[in-house]
Amino acid sequence: MAAQLRELRSKIRATKSIGKITKAMELIATSRISKAQARVEASRPYASEITNVLSALAGAAANLDHPLLVERETVRRVAVLVVTSDKGLVGGYNANVLRATEELLSLLREQGKDPQLYVIGTKGVNYYRFRGREVADSWTGFSQQPRYENAAEVGDALVTAFLAGADDVGGQPGPDGILGVDELHIVYTEFRSMLTQTPVARRMAPLEVEYSEETPETIPPAYDFEPSAETLLAALLPKYINTRIFAALLESAASELAAQRNAMKSASDNASELVETYTRLANQARQAQITQEISEIVGGADALAAVGSDD
Amino acid sequence: MAEMSVELVAVERRLWSGKATFVVAQTTEGEIGVMPGHEPVLGQLVEGGIVKVTTTDGDTLTAAVHGGFLSITHDSVSVLAESADLSEEIDVDAARQALSAEDEAERARAAARLRAAGQSV
Repeated sequence: MAAQLRELRSKIRATKSIGKITKAMELIATSRISKAQARVEASRPYASEITNVLSALAGAAANLDHPLLVERETVRRVAVLVVTSDKGLVGGYNANVLRATEELLSLLREQGKDPQLYVIGTKGVNYYRFRGREVADSWTGFSQQPRYENAAEVGDALVTAFLAGADDVGGQPGPDGILGVDELHIVYTEFRSMLTQTPVARRMAPLEVEYSEETPETIPPAYDFEPSAETLLAALLPKYINTRIFAALLESAASELAAQRNAMKSASDNASELVETYTRLANQARQAQITQEISEIVGGADALAAVGSDD
Repeated sequence: MAEMSVELVAVERRLWSGKATFVVAQTTEGEIGVMPGHEPVLGQLVEGGIVKVTTTDGDTLTAAVHGGFLSITHDSVSVLAESADLSEEIDVDAARQALSAEDEAERARAAARLRAAGQSV
């Protein structure tokens, strides 16, 4: 009886300290979400400006035959970039984005394409390593606070692979001897709200430039180009891809934090519920112990009294 | 006085936006000075370049700009940069140390930062 009470009390203590930790993590995640959201906001002006510039270029340059813009006739190998988190305790965040990736992969395989995995985040790397799946390249260590340099590094690797794939013939490396890819896809988690984050899969290359939505009131001016329009386009397009990756990383970081906040909130709620249940059980046990002690005393006194009256 | 709206935008944030009367930048083809009513131009800026903006208040704003583009229309100028620092934000000592960095791009950035901060390199 006493042993049971002691056990319950130590359970209560343990659950309370777990609750404190999860509560602290919840608060940390909450304070970081607003920062992450602010970063998403702060990166918007650049994204919209570079889209404007690209639209202006696309309107002006007569022959848009940059490899990043042209659909390949036969698409064999396809790069899929997956954005996952570095750390766990984020609820279903990684499971969701990996499930979306699997769907995309099977869709690509149905179309007769051979997907190559590029993974961001320790969790994704571990997931594929555990399953013995081949990963073409991976980057870790910046899932919560991505910097533009990280996006640029990933983007450069992908664009290089994509450009190397231009001359591949029938799954064999072309004259450059490097086996590249013919399409670039990205799977990341879009931040809808604090409660909803949805994994999305997008194609990054060949590019479909997202023209700004409002129709311009005036005819776009005839630009002069320094240097030529083609050179500019060649310099701008990889940067545009980097911007897209960076935006995806920022969105994913905000989503990861929101997912962590939700997971930690339910963990804290569960902890306090458990503490309540255990406290009730402990009180019952204590009460039972007291009742038993009293009945033992009363029984003992009765027995003594009975012995005394015999005299 | 004629004025134009100027946007100085880096990937991670908007550095400055407002009205200005004169902008100087270096494209890969050479230095370009822009006044209101300039012919529309799209240009690629040199690595480790400097952009100077004369605001309508007569102040001069200097920024070190890396990996950028310049877009000029009739009444606006946008400078897009991978990274950019306003002169008053530049840590001169850190930039001096970075001058002896291994990476060539890093050295160019440090030099541009120093020049933007008004230091001789």
